[in-house]
Formats: sequence, C-alpha cells, structure tokens
Amino acid sequence: MTDITRLTAAEIADRLARKEISSVEATQAHLDRIAAVDGDVHAFLHVDPEGALAAARQADEQRAAGESRSALAGVPIAVKDVVATQGQPTTAGSKMLQGWIPPYDATLVTRLRAAGLPILGKTNMDEFAMGSSTEHSAYGPSHNPWDLERTPGGSGGGSSAAVAAFEAPLAIGTDTGGSIRQPASVTGTVGAKPTYGGVSRYGLIALASSLDQAGPCTRSVLDAALLHEVIGGHDVMDSTSIDAPVPPVVDAARKADVKGLRIGVIKEISGEGFQPGVQKRFEESLQLLVDRGAEVVEVSCPTFEQGLAAYYLILPSEASSNLAKFDAMRYGLRVSPDGVDSPSAEQVMAATRDAGFGDEVKRRIILGTYALSSGYYDAYYGQAQKVRTLIARDFAAAFEKADVLVSPTAPTTAFKLGDKLDDPMAMYLNDVATIPANLAGVPGLSLPSGLADEDGLPAGFQILAPAAKDHLMYGVGAALEAALLEQWGGPLTPPELAGDHVKEIAR
Amino acid sequence: MSVATTDAVLPYDEVLAKYDPVMGLEVHVELGTATKMFCGCATTFGAEPNTQTCPVCLGLPGALPVVNAAAVESAIRIGLALNCQVAEWCRFARKNYFYPDMPKNFQTSQYDEPIVFDGYLDVELDDGEVFRVDIERAHMEEDTGKSLHVGGSTGRIQGADYSLVDYNRAGIPLVEIVTRPIRGAGERAPEVARAFVATLRDLLKALDVSDVKMEQGSMRCDANVSLMPKGADQLGTRTETKNVNSLRSVERAVRYEMCRHAAVLEAGGSILQETRHWHEDTGVTTSGRPKSDADDYRYFPEPDLVPVAPSRELVDQLRGTLPEPPGERRKRLQSAWGYSDLEMRDVMNAGAVEIIEETVAAGATPAAARKWWTGELARRANAEGKAVSDFNVTPAYVAELDGMVASGRLNDSMARQVLEGVINGEGAPTAVADARGLELVQDDGALESAVDEVIAANPDVAAKVRDGKVQAAGALIGQVMKAMKGQADAAKVRELILQRLT
Ligand SMILES: [Zn+2]
Repeated sequence: MTDITRLTAAEIADRLARKEISSVEATQAHLDRIAAVDGDVHAFLHVDPEGALAAARQADEQRAAGESRSALAGVPIAVKDVVATQGQPTTAGSKMLQGWIPPYDATLVTRLRAAGLPILGKTNMDEFAMGSSTEHSAYGPSHNPWDLERTPGGSGGGSSAAVAAFEAPLAIGTDTGGSIRQPASVTGTVGAKPTYGGVSRYGLIALASSLDQAGPCTRSVLDAALLHEVIGGHDVMDSTSIDAPVPPVVDAARKADVKGLRIGVIKEISGEGFQPGVQKRFEESLQLLVDRGAEVVEVSCPTFEQGLAAYYLILPSEASSNLAKFDAMRYGLRVSPDGVDSPSAEQVMAATRDAGFGDEVKRRIILGTYALSSGYYDAYYGQAQKVRTLIARDFAAAFEKADVLVSPTAPTTAFKLGDKLDDPMAMYLNDVATIPANLAGVPGLSLPSGLADEDGLPAGFQILAPAAKDHLMYGVGAALEAALLEQWGGPLTPPELAGDHVKEIAR
Repeated sequence: MSVATTDAVLPYDEVLAKYDPVMGLEVHVELGTATKMFCGCATTFGAEPNTQTCPVCLGLPGALPVVNAAAVESAIRIGLALNCQVAEWCRFARKNYFYPDMPKNFQTSQYDEPIVFDGYLDVELDDGEVFRVDIERAHMEEDTGKSLHVGGSTGRIQGADYSLVDYNRAGIPLVEIVTRPIRGAGERAPEVARAFVATLRDLLKALDVSDVKMEQGSMRCDANVSLMPKGADQLGTRTETKNVNSLRSVERAVRYEMCRHAAVLEAGGSILQETRHWHEDTGVTTSGRPKSDADDYRYFPEPDLVPVAPSRELVDQLRGTLPEPPGERRKRLQSAWGYSDLEMRDVMNAGAVEIIEETVAAGATPAAARKWWTGELARRANAEGKAVSDFNVTPAYVAELDGMVASGRLNDSMARQVLEGVINGEGAPTAVADARGLELVQDDGALESAVDEVIAANPDVAAKVRDGKVQAAGALIGQVMKAMKGQADAAKVRELILQRLT
C-alpha cells in the first residue's frame, strides 16, 4: 500500500470512509514523517502527538458509530503558529510570545476540531507574519524541501514546507500580502486566500487587520476547497466576516470546468521582471486552459504598480497599533532593563520590546508609527488608502472583461536563504504579484505550474476571482491542475529528505 | 488626605469685571447595557475583580471586537433627545496610547465620525431663565480598566510596591457628550455648568440608558474653562479639570478655575494648557498632566470593525421611544400635583420625581408623597449617609401609610414609628402597626373620661379656655395625649376639650 503521507487529503478521506485506514494510522504516519524529516525542513515550532492522536481516536470512534462530522474528519492538519490554539503554545514566530498558551481557540480552530481534524502542531513563520522567507522567525528559518539551502517562502513558509515535505496533507496559513500564495508558489504546493472575511479572523494574531486572511495550504486544489469549506463561513465573533454561505468551492473544484470562461492576463504582473522560467511555465499553463476551452484576454490594471508602496504603508500602520498590546504587563516576555534598580512600567516595556521584537518587526513598527502620526497621516496612510480604492476600481474594471484574472504567483522561484535578508526592498518585491488581491479583498489561489528550466525549482500560477466568487478560482485551478498532472504523469515531488540537514547547519 | 495649594485666586467680582468665561463641558456616561461595548461580558458593578472578562476585553492576541447593538441604540436615543443629527454612516477609530489598565494599548473610540452631532440642550437655571447649550457631538467609546497601586503613601503608581489591575470595567460602553464652547454665561457660568450636568443627568435617567450615578463614576464631567478679557474676541488658553463627580463640584470647580485663571493673568502670567485634578475636600484644582501638541494618538479607522450605518427606519423607531422631555414632564407634574415652584424645586433637587409619581399612582395624595419622601425619609437617609433607595421603603408602602393616617388609624407620630419599623425590615406598614400595637384609640368612652379627668385636674387652665383663651387648650391636649400614651387623635382630643369648655 502507498505510504499514507503521499496521499492527498481527499484520498486519505476516501480511505478513511472505506475504513481501509484509521485516523490514528494517518495521524501517526504524519507524526513519524515529521520526526524523520523535520530536522531538514524545520516546518514545525511545536508538535503535539498526544493531542493529535487523541483527536484521531475520537474521529475513529465517531466514524465507527456512524457519526462522521465532515468530509475531512480524521485527516490530520498543521496550523500556522499565528493562530490561537487553546492549551498549545502560540508564538507567532516571536520571542515576545515564547511559551504563551492561549486560553481560547481561534474560530477556525474550533471549526477544525468540530470537523474532527487532528491538529499535528504549529508551523514556523516569519515573526508576526512579517517577511517573505521565514528567515525572520525568532526560532530560525524553515527550509524548502526542494532545496534545503533555499527558503520555502514566507511568512507562512512553515505551513507550505510541511505540506510539500509530506509532513501534513493539510495546513492553515494566513495571507496578508501573499503569505499563503507565495510560499505555495516556491514549494510547489497549492495555497488559497479566500475573499477577505470569508474565514473568520477571530483568534488570528493580527498583523494588518484590514488585509489578513486565513486559508488552506494543500497539495491539490480539491483539498484546498475541502478545507476552505470546513473553516469558512460567517462568525459572530468577527464583524468583518462575510454574513453569507461559503461559495460552492468544492463543487467547482470537482467540476474543474473552464469552457467559455474568459481568463484575463494582468499586463502589469507578468513579463518584465519575472524570471524567464517562471514566465515560460505561466504561458504554457495559459495555453492548457485555452486548450480546455477558455478564452484569454489581456487586461490592464495600471494602479497595481502603486500597490506595493500602498501596502508597505497600510501594513506597518495597522501592525504598529496591533502590536502595541505586547507591553510585558500581562502575558508573554518580560525583561528588566540592565542596571536599573526599580524600573518603571515604561522602562520594562522598552527593555522587553527591545529584546522581544526582531529587526523586521521594529522596522515596521517605526514605519507605521511615523505614517500614522499627525501631520503625516494624510501624506502616507490617507494616500495609501486612496491607492487602495483605485486598485479596487482597477479590479472591478478588469472583472468586467474577464471572469478570473491570472499571473505568475511570485516573480522568481525560491531564493537562497540569506540572499535577501539584508535587503528589505528586494524581499518586499517578492510579494508584488500577490499584494493587490489583499488590498482589494478579492480571493486568490496559487498552484504549481511546473519547474523552471534554469534551476529546476517550482513556479506558481495565480488565479484571482471577484470578491465572494471564490468558486471561480477553484474551478479554473482544478482544470489547470488536471491538465498539468496529465502532462506530467503525476504530481511533481521534491527530492527525498534525510532529516539531518538542520542539525548539520547548526553544527 | 489634603493637598496643599499656593495658587492665588482673584475674588469672583473682580474676575467678572475684567473677563468673560468660556466653558466646554465633556460628560462621560456609562451606558447601562447588560454587556460590554465589544464583547458579551457582563457589566455588573462591584463584581469580584477580573471575573467579568474574556479574550476580547482583556485584549488577548487574536481577539476581535464586535459592536454591541444595544449600546449603539442608546447612543442614538441620547442624540435624538439632545436634538442631534444621527450619522447615516460612521466608524470607530483607534486612539493609540499606552495606559497600564488599557489592555490593547489603544482605545476603540470614535474620532472624526461620531454617531450623533449638532444638537442642543435647553437648561433651566434656578430663577427659571433658560440657557441653550449647543452640543457638538456625542460619540461611543469603551472604558478602561481600573488600577490599584498598593504600598506607598499616595495611592499613586510612584512609590507603590505593586499594582493590581481590574479589567471588569475595561470595555464598558461609554457615550461622551461634548458641548460647543459655552459663551455669554458671564457670572452664571458655574451655575450653567451645574444646571447643564443636572439637566443632562435627568434626561439620561428618563431615557433609561444609564444609572447616572456620579458618585460611582457612571457619569463624570470634564470641565474646560478659559477666560477672555472683556471686549476681546480671541479665546484664552483653557484648562481641563478631569472627572468632577458631583453637581456641586462642577459648579465649584468652574468657579475656582475662573478665579485662578484671572489671578494668573492679572499677575502677568499665562495659563498653561493642562489637565487639572479637582479636590473635593479643599475645593481647589491641582496641576495634572501638561497637554501639548505632542499628544499624538495616531487615530485611524478601526479595521477590525465594520462601519455603523443605522437605517432611517431604526432611527425613526428609536425616536418613537423617547420619553417626555424632563422639562415638560416637570411642568406637567407640578401642575397635576399642585406644588409651588419652591416645593417642586425641592423635589427635583432631591431627585424624588419618579418615586413621588409612583407613590401617587399607588394611591397617596401628592402632598403626603412629597412630605414623606423629601421630609422624613430624606432626613433619615441624610443622617445615616445613605440613599433613600437603600431603605426597604417602596412607593406602595408610603401610600399604605398615608392611607392609614387619612383613615384616622394613625397619627403623625405613630406613622413615623411605623415607618421606622418598615425601614428595620419588619414588613409592610399594616403589619408593623399590628405588631407594635400602634392604633389610635377609637373608644370614645376612654377618651372622654381621660378628657374629663384632665379638665378636673386643671381648673385654672380650664377657666382660661372658658374665658376665650383657646390656645391655652394646648396644655390640656398634651396631658390627654400623655394619658392616652400617644394613641389618640390630637384633633379629636382638641374637639372634645373645646366641646366641654365652650
Ligand atoms: Zn469581555
């Protein structure tokens, strides 16, 4: 029998339903895989074998009693460490929250538990989700299973790497400017950012409230849709969550039909500045969609070019306010300043923030504080919000001409760890294709389009749909995926891992 | 604890001769909703510390606010009662600053988009003159927690060994009502300030949106005061006296600041823009935190909340729930009850309008209701440092008591004894009277023989009465009452004595 960890979530669910395997077996197989290879990948910050196996046993018992709770009941999952899990550490990749155990579950975790998905553990990420490589994690970077010297993308590199390395069939990511889609792109996996408000943000440690969106990290489009259906839907605890049923994403992924659909290629996010191998796979993928009956149109979204600048004003502004709660008073790290006998609350706060926040976080807090300060508000934050409105207008105009919009997900394949660490601007450019969707709140999905010729590393294909029409991107994604799998003769898989890589680097 | 002060003040007459005061009043009102502004926690006053908290009001990482619809409705009703416009669309904003008992280190408030704006409140002064105070806005926000600094001598954070924080109050809904600068009140500025807060308090009470207990902090007033030299047009620098928590203090604090400002200006100094603390015991203000342009709250629209967009239907529906305005209601009740202006003002000042209304509704005469609530009961409450509401006395009990007096079962002093029993928890007035054996002697035979005995024992006094000196009968009445151990109707005793002697 095939190794369970090589199966997609839908395949595991099928075998669970047919009682060929148990959830305990599936969960144990993934725990074993984590133990075997996470030394290479460092996808996890925390693994919870007891909790996961207990949930798996419960899923098995309920299935035996004929009470299976969802299509994915019993399929194990990993959760990005920015999502609050009751009774399990949640650090957001920061020293500031080292050892913090939330007294409550995020709504999406409540839904995962209710649906019977065992939670394997918490995945690595850039500190407070700031970064595009996981190198800003306070606990060390994750490694790309395709090439351990390279990044798995960020900030949700841990979740995508875990899925790519077969440590988990499913993972939860959060996407503020591309943190689900860009890691998916560079790890050869699928990542979906639902419409803003499509999945509750309650319990997600906020980076930028108006941009953050949780979503699925998987190895197939159907898996992403299945997971989307479990975690999506209105939540009374999040007033920005959409008060409407989840779009028919699973149906769309199963139908995988693009006949007669108009597919818009966004002129501003492809071509120049994109790695030739990435661009080439993108164009071939486009042709596959045409072969299956889609029509391609070119659309122009001129204000997208200001998107990056607007994003890097709005994000730090909101982040500077969201991170103000980390003041050493109630939870998390507390550091006393050196050489001060009886420090004031402000001195303890300053010393704690100095020790607890990494450079990238400090950089953005300072930027955001400046951009919001009176006298600069109109020039920066106010202006950025106007750009945001224009971007939404560009999207609206483009969606008049096309049902979905497409582009390469990231400009390049995975870059080497350390390469862009000292050049924040170069790092920021990696999200140029994904950011507009967050600014406008529209859904986006990335799936592998193949390996770039020049380095043999995965490239990603991004599909964007109008707000609340998430099913359109799943339909197109599933159609393209089917065509690609046919061409490749099966999924692309990274090289086998020995499991001793990180230890070697540490030595 | 008394705070020494060396601040000079100018006599009030001299202040008024040279300056015109300008005031701005900001009144914070805690809404009486069952749950907090942004979460479902209870708002009960006086609960064990930190028992009414959740991830949201504790500001835990990941928690999100959701607006309390009942609080929004209260804010709209307040606005409508203050003749304000209701915004068709408004938002919350974040006010970013560090405060140890503010869990998120920003306060979710409204900044440039208040829920209601542009209104007025007509305020009646002591002599009946009506002064119109313009309302700039009223907006919604959340309250902070409460710190207790332990150790040290001052109760402040400096010098304290440690601090305790209670987050039960964090997130309680507040409405802040802000006036436009109040000009032209002249010498009556302090009175206008007090009357404004009093009128607002009555209005909020009538709206039933808050318990408006200033002494418990559920209603607090910040008073901004500045002086303009007479004839000048430019506003002076203002000070903001924070958290004044009684009507009398509002009046005194405004007056004090006027006198202090004038003294500074007369001495050639300039007023520092700052917050000031009011000291009830010494009647002075002391310097608080300097307020400078450097205060930068970095306001921006709260991204965790969707805008508030009350429909016109909701606003109309809420308009239909507004109570009769307190001023009109007062005039109507005064005329129905037949009270003089002075009597009505006493009733108002005692805050006894509602309870008298209920007592009259329960069957008491308006005169008796007023007599009991503003007389005996108010006196006793005052002496014991309690509120009338702390006693076990209901409007129905007072009506019952009044009925017993009216039917001749009790006289006045017996009624007071019965009331005493009611306050002690001995039960309803009839039960107390029965248990204590309090009842006017209705047996005319006993009374008549007592009268005859007293007249026989006091021939000199009886002779005076016979000669037409009727007031001398008082001595006889007193003796009869004594003989009857108080359980006789004095009027009847008087009647019997006069029958026999005239
Ligand atoms: Zn709460």
